[in-house]
Order: sequence, then structure tokens, then C-alpha cells
Amino acid sequence: MARSVIPFGPQHPVLPEPIHLSIVVEDEKVVEALPTLGYVHRGLEMLAAKRDFNQMIQIVERVCGICSMIHSLCYCQGIEEMMGVEVPRRARMLRVVWSELHRLHSHLLWLGLFADSFGFEALFMQLWKIREKVMDLNEATTGNRVIVSVNVVGGVRADLDESQIRWIKDTLVDVEAGIRNLQTTIMNDSTVCRRTKGKGILTKQAAYELGAAGPTLRGSGVAQDMRQLKYAGFDEIAFEPVVETDGDSWARGAVRFRECLQSIDLVRQALDRLEPGELAAKVKGKPQGEVVTRVEQPRGECLYYIKGNGDKFLDRVRIRTPTFANIPPLAAMLPGLDFADVPVVVLSIDPCISCTER
Amino acid sequence: MAIESIPVTPDKLVAEVTRLKNEGWRLVTFSSVEIDAENMEVLYHFDKDLALTNLRVQVKKGGHLPSVSGVLFAAFLIENEIRDQFGLTFDGLVIDYQGRLLNDCTATSSSSPFCRLLVRGGMTVKEVK
Repeated sequence: MARSVIPFGPQHPVLPEPIHLSIVVEDEKVVEALPTLGYVHRGLEMLAAKRDFNQMIQIVERVCGICSMIHSLCYCQGIEEMMGVEVPRRARMLRVVWSELHRLHSHLLWLGLFADSFGFEALFMQLWKIREKVMDLNEATTGNRVIVSVNVVGGVRADLDESQIRWIKDTLVDVEAGIRNLQTTIMNDSTVCRRTKGKGILTKQAAYELGAAGPTLRGSGVAQDMRQLKYAGFDEIAFEPVVETDGDSWARGAVRFRECLQSIDLVRQALDRLEPGELAAKVKGKPQGEVVTRVEQPRGECLYYIKGNGDKFLDRVRIRTPTFANIPPLAAMLPGLDFADVPVVVLSIDPCISCTER
Repeated sequence: MAIESIPVTPDKLVAEVTRLKNEGWRLVTFSSVEIDAENMEVLYHFDKDLALTNLRVQVKKGGHLPSVSGVLFAAFLIENEIRDQFGLTFDGLVIDYQGRLLNDCTATSSSSPFCRLLVRGGMTVKEVK
């Protein structure tokens, strides 16, 4: 049968950001998918040559808006490890609070976009309505909705008072009720299941061998989450990775849905463990040596390799984002699908092109 | 302070990566780093049960390394990106973008945009400060 090549992206209704896939089809069946990147590449890693190690916090926060707090968390943890800085306990717990609020609003954003990808507009609007409450929490506690800019080397720059803690807890009751209200629709609705179950299957072995990350990895049955490394305040918090075993688009969505509820629980645990204390340790000197740090972003494992030479400018900041790791698994998921299912399966890895084009 | 790593020569790289894969290590990523004006190194990061192991390979700038994408398919994207950014060529890539992963109009690899220091033909051709 004759083959055709259909360009998917860089501009496409389901893609909030530009990526291109050359989809090779036979009739309506996908045979091969080849990714092309670079439409919005910014070369942010190279700015380490021109911005000092403190200014780099603002740069890494802009690798991605939707998980900006967790980028700066990973970077700051790396610098702190290089410089032997011990972060105060209150700061570590506050880092958990804001990073889980980020995960929560990121997953709600994605669940909405996912519903939009198969035309379920009412669900999309319901999810984004809930997300607004989380954005309000970010804005009220940090001054910004998206790029919250709370991390500094040694701790955090913002604090929560008693009334804010009470307000966060009250708001999360509403957010949890709203999410649970949509549980049956997201997990069992026939429209959702017909478009997602059995679509874009990634086996456990393939997910592992292809280096998948985050919900894409856990949706295929691999119980790995970087929060198990017990960074920030996770050493004092009860945590188990959310795992699904079907390996399809539905399973990846189910992992994210359950992680929304888990993030609410983690924020509550962190808030309950907040005790009076310093927000940041004093930092002296300049980073020297090399370090690798990892954290769990909403889309999965994020790795920073940082190398310093004792100067205020770092020699190298290498950022491996989860979407970059999930592109080869995506290329492996698509062959065999009907072309009409491609948008849903592409969305199922929660592609963040801003991260990929760092 | 340096991260723990296993030094590997380019000729033993594919065998070492194959060994790690067979032992159940998961590919995380590679990090390419300049050492000086003429040399660089590539760190290969692997994970198993949340522990990291790193292979460290030294290579001349503008030189060649064997591709491990035949052993680990996901490596093709990382190796193509390193080629675009640092001008390092990986031999045997399963999908080779010829230095045009990030820009299909111009091969960015020819200018090694991520190298701050670069010596070619005995002359310093680039120094970013």
C-alpha cells in the first residue's frame, strides 16, 4: 500500500506549543513518526556564561512556566549541595507546599487540555475552573500566578502566616471536592474511555528501556517517582508513587488524576509540619565542583547537571527535562494507531515544548 | 567535589552501555561538558532503583564518538542534540538528523553554539566571556 507523510504540527489545535511530527501513514494507519524540534529553542543553558549562579535562578524558572518552581528547586538544591548549605526545615516544607501546588495546577491544566483534545469541552471548562482556585493560592502567597519565584540558594524568600495556611487548607477542601466530583466522568465516562482506552499502549518493558519519565512511566506500571529520593521536605512526609498498569492513554490520565488528590494530601502534610524557623540559610562562597540533582516535575523526572569552578559564573548547567525523555517513547507509541487517535496520544505524554526547547 | 563516575574510552563505550542495559539500568540522559579549548567529555547517566551511575568519556571537540542508539533507541534524540549544540559527531546513529535537529534550514553543529572555547586548526576560533 502507498505511504503518505502527514505533517503533524508545529501548529496544531491540540498543541499549545510548537513541535513537529512527520507521521508516515498507510491508508489511515500510522506506520512511523519522526519528531523535529527547534521551533522555539532558547539556548537557556548557555546563559550560565553570562548570568551568575544567583541570577541563573530566574533563568531556570523560565525554562517552563508551568513547573517553574520545581526547576528552580532542582537548581537551588544542586548549588546548595555543591556549597554544603543546609536548608532550614521550614524552607524545605514550604518548598513541598509550593511544588505540590504547582503539580496540582499543572495536572488540572493537562486534564483540561486532554478533555479538549477529544472534544469534551464541558469537562475542559470544569477542570480549568477548579484550577483557578490553585492559581489564586499561588498569587496570594507569592505575588505571582505562574512563575512564583520563591526559591533562593539556601531556602525560600516567601513565608506563610497562620491565616494564609488556614485559607490554603479551606481552599483545598473545595478543590478536592471539585476534583472528586469529576472522578466518575474522567475515569469511567464512555466518551473518555472510547477515546483513551487501548490507545497508545506503552508496555512496562518498553517504558523502561525507552527512558520514559513521570506519569508516562508510572502509567505503564513502573513505580518510580523522584520524590522517593526524599528531597526538600519529603523525608518527613508519607509518600507512595501512583501507578497504573494498562500503559495506555487512559492509564496516563488516571495517574495524573490520582496525583492531583495526592498533591492535595502532600500539601496538607507539609502545612501540618510547618514550625517556626528561618526561611533561608546564609550562603558564603561560590560553587565549585560538579553535581547531579533530580526532582519530580509534573511531567516526570528532571535532572540538572551543574559544574562550577569557584567563579560566580558556572561552567555548565545541563537540564534534562521530562518531555525530552518522553519523545522517544511517544515515537514508539504511535505506529499502529489510526491517524485520528494521534492528537489524543500525543497529548497523553503531557508534552511541554517550553521545557524541551530550554 | 566531583560526581562518582566510571571512566570509559570511546572504543569500550557501546560494550559498557550494553552491560548496564543488561543489568537493568535505565537511560536517564547524557551531559556534554567542555574541559578546555580542545577537549570535552560526555557523561552518560543511568538509573536503577533511584541510584545513579555515570560513565565519563573524554573526546576531542569536533571529534567522533560511537552512537549507543543501536543499544538504547532513546539515545538518538540526545546524541542528535549534542551534535547540534557541540558539534560532536556520533557514528552509527539510528536516526541521524545530520546536525539539523534544532534547525532544519541550517546545520547548527557547524558553529558549535554551546562551546564557549573552541580551537580548530591550531587557532582559537571562539571564546565567550
